[in-house]
Formats: sequence, structure tokens, C-alpha cells
Amino acid sequence: MQKQSVFQSRLLPYALVAPQLAVVLIFFYWPAAQAVLQSFLLQDAFGLSTTFVWFENYRELLSQPDYFTTITRTFVFSFAIACASLSLALLLAVMADKPLRGGTLYRTLLIWPYAVAPPVVGVLWVFMLNPSLGILAHRLQAAGIDWNPLLDGDQAAALIILAAAWKQISYNFLFFLAGLQSIPRSVMEAAAIDGARPMRRFWTVTFPLLSPTIFFLLVVNIVYAFFDTFGIIDTMTRGGPAKATETMVYKVYVDGLLGGNLGSSAAQSVILMIIVILLTAVQFRFVERKVTY
Amino acid sequence: MVEHEGIRRYVAHLILWIGIAIVAFPVYVAFVASTQDNALIANGQMSLLPGGHFLETYYKTIFVGTSGSTREPVGTMLFNSFVMAMLVALGKIAISIISAYAIVYFRFPFRMPIFWIIFITLMLPVEVRIYPTYKIVADLHLLDSYAGLSLPLIASATATLLFRQFFMTIPEELLEASRIDGAGPFRFFWDTLLPLSRTNMAALFVILFILGWNQYLWPLLITTRDDMQTIQIGIRKMITTTDALTEWPVVMATAVLAMLPPVFVVVVMQKLFVRGLVETEK
Repeated sequence: MQKQSVFQSRLLPYALVAPQLAVVLIFFYWPAAQAVLQSFLLQDAFGLSTTFVWFENYRELLSQPDYFTTITRTFVFSFAIACASLSLALLLAVMADKPLRGGTLYRTLLIWPYAVAPPVVGVLWVFMLNPSLGILAHRLQAAGIDWNPLLDGDQAAALIILAAAWKQISYNFLFFLAGLQSIPRSVMEAAAIDGARPMRRFWTVTFPLLSPTIFFLLVVNIVYAFFDTFGIIDTMTRGGPAKATETMVYKVYVDGLLGGNLGSSAAQSVILMIIVILLTAVQFRFVERKVTY
Repeated sequence: MVEHEGIRRYVAHLILWIGIAIVAFPVYVAFVASTQDNALIANGQMSLLPGGHFLETYYKTIFVGTSGSTREPVGTMLFNSFVMAMLVALGKIAISIISAYAIVYFRFPFRMPIFWIIFITLMLPVEVRIYPTYKIVADLHLLDSYAGLSLPLIASATATLLFRQFFMTIPEELLEASRIDGAGPFRFFWDTLLPLSRTNMAALFVILFILGWNQYLWPLLITTRDDMQTIQIGIRKMITTTDALTEWPVVMATAVLAMLPPVFVVVVMQKLFVRGLVETEK
């Protein structure tokens, strides 16, 4: 993993890595360590004294049924967002993979939402689905649906999932298209010659060959739904009504800032860290496997 | 593959256009709303065709802001977002390329431990260490500053790994050749490595610029002064909890303005964008 011929210098390499090391140590390791430490501390109501309480914060946190509801909700949101976005993106990518006139134009017109920031996505959708003035909300009400996400938790959840899935379509589309284009034409033609119809060709040839991409995107989408939905939730529902749209990251934010419960917030951060590390580990294992294919 | 080729092709075109419509509709609605009268929108009588208030609304949005007491012109927010995005992108590229250079082209004690220390940062996004990071930035008196906005986001390894991987693919002969020409580490870096890395740097820049521009949680915490707000924060503050007071045309104009720079970057530098996206995810 290293070049054969290298430069000889005693101090220069340290000087070159110093800026990054400094930034990483100050703004990454120190706060991460603080988060872990903080999660073992309990602050009194006035913030005057702190005591070391071992796993008290975790015990307290895990004894609340509320917290498990939040975890379950976060995973449900993640899977719903991933499934909705992945299936639509796959359909579009399969269509765009055909030799069509204007193929590059389609790609351009489908990938730009990647660049729209989550809070802006939230604002766009909350405007269209605002129960009193949104144009889509009016259609829903005209169709006899009692649409009011400000009061109905399930509807608020649907709103978040819809907006978050919308934003992720372009990203998934791009990776699906790349995956499809790497499938050799000859494989598809062989299946066609064997008399497989297009739908069958898709499920028996394309889909299995695409499974590494699907798995990769599933992990990326779940991580996206964990973290990047914060901006969407904060502009659309602020976790409400009655916490119906509060995800784990949103709860860390609310408990730490508004609630001032830093110990619990830190314990939640640590639990989040563990989940992300596990997800990343799964992803790395998968990437390694793909290389040896 | 000859069965019903014609019909299939039409269906494909149709599905793609429906997809484009789904993707574009919210943005179209935002644009249309930004050109209409607030009273009409608030009454739920918005039209789906552009209105006549385009210049008026955008002038007000950029130079004045909402009618609220704590208003801030969106022009200032755009400037803040731009500075933040540039600092994140350029800062990350600058510190990453030199540390990758050290790790690949030098042999020194603690080389691998240092590489791992940097590598591990890949794992955790800023969200999970948000309050301790806030405290450090506050202790360093960096709240409400551009340095405070960008430094914690620079602390991650994606770019370093990318440059390291790229440097590994550069043939050994290049270094030997420039050595024979009498080049030292600085000349080799400047005359050989940097020009070769140009495409990689550009692709990375596109991705990091968008990443920096679209940050939300971090600027939300560390900006307290209105004139330091980024546009993503500003737009949320414009939506008041009581619908009646929200000036929707201004909000929607701000949304359009917030989208324009990153979307422009994606569309115009599409090749670099796709390359950057695929590479940073590996």
C-alpha cells in the first residue's frame, strides 16, 4: 500500500498532515469523546454540579417506552423512504436505460433535485400540502379525505416520508442507471434469444445483476433517512403533532437544546453513533465483496 | 428484442415524462407562488400560472426581506451561504490533498496510525456529536463566524481517501523522472501532482460545494445573529407558526433562490458532478 520511491524528509510530512490532524482532533475526536463522557454524567437542575453516574443515563433512557417508539419510528421512516424512493428510481432508470432519443436530456431533468437542500424540500411540500392553502391539500379534501397533518400524526408522517423520498429519487436514479449500464448487452440479448419476455428478463436477469447496487443504495438511503431528514422534519412538522414525526436525530436535538437534558441527549448520540458504525461496517464489507467479484 | 418495440418506446417516454413532472412539480409551484399576490395564496386561491409580481417579490426578497421586525435581506443570506460553501469545499480540498500527499509520498513514523485517525472520521456525521462540537466552537469564540460555520464540516476523511486512492494510481516513473530533473517534494507536488489532480479536485469541489451550501443543523445551532444566517436557516425562520402571517411569495422566492446555485452547478457541471458523486461514495 505504499509507493516504492518516496521522498526523504524528517519534518515535512508532519507539516503536511498537521492541518488536517488539527481539524480532525479538535472538531471530531474531542467532541466525540465529550459526547461519550457526557453520557456518563448527570448535571443537576441548575447546571452547577455534575456527578459521574456510569450507565444511569442509558438506564433511564432505555426504561422509557417513548425512546423505543422513537427508534421504531426512525426505522419505519427509513424503510418507507428507501422503498418508495428506490422503486420509483429503479422504474425510471430502467426506462432511461433504453436507447431512446433525448436520453441525456432525461438524465439532466431527473438528477437536479439532488442539489435541493432538505429544508427547502420541506418548505416546498409543506406549502403544497398545507391544509388551509395548499393546492394539493385542496385536491385531497375535495376527494373526501380529511387532510390535516397539523393534527393527524399518521398524515404528518406520510408528509415527511413523501418529501424525503422525493428528494432521494435523483440520487438513486443516477446509481441505478450506472448499474444498469454496466450490465453487458450480450447477457440481455442472450436472454431475449432464449425467448424471455421483457418482464421476465427484468426479474431473472437484470434484477439479480443489479442486487449489489440495490443493497448499496438501501444502506445509503437508510443513513440518509437517519440524518438528512432533519431539515425536512424541522421545516415541515418540527417533530409534531405529539412527537409523531420525531426521529432519533430530531430527539437528540430537542432534548439537548430545548429540554436542556444534555446527559440523555449525549447517551442518545452514543447510541446513534453505534448504529451508524454498524451500518457503515455492513456497507464496507459489501464494498469489499464487490471488489473481489 | 423486436417484440412491440414501438409501443414499448412510447411507454418509456411517457413514464420518464411522468417522472420528470413529479420531480419538477413542487419547484414549479414554488416559482408560480413567488410571482403571485400573498392575499390570493393565503385564501387558497392560488393559480397554477405565473402571476405579475415577479420583479416586485424578488426585489423585496433579495434587498429587503420579509415585513417582520427581525427581517434580513435574502441577499445577505445568499452571501453567507456562498462563503460557507466555498470555505467548506476549498478548505477540505486543500487540507486533504496535502495530507494525502504526505501519506502516499513519504515514509515517516506514525504514518499508518495517522492515516487511521483520519480514516475513522468517515464513520460519524456531525449530527451525532453536535452539542460537544457546539461547546468547543463556543469556547474558541467562533460562534457567528465563518470559521465556526465551516471548520467542523471540514473534519472528515472523504477527500483524503479519494486523493490517496488517486495518487496510488499515478505511475512511479513520474516521480523518478522529476527526481532526475532535480525536483524536490514541493516542485513535484506543484508541477506534476496538482495538474494531474485537476479533474478530481473539480469533481470533489462540485460535491462539497453542494454539501456546504445545503447544511442545516449546524448553522442552525451556531448562528445567533441574523446577519450571519445562511439561506437555509433564513427560510425556516420565515415560516411563522400561524399561517396567516407567513408571506408565502417571499418564502417561495427564497426557496427558489436557495435552489438556484447548487442546481445550476449540477446541471452545468453534470459530468464532474456524476463523477464526484460516484467517487465519494466508494
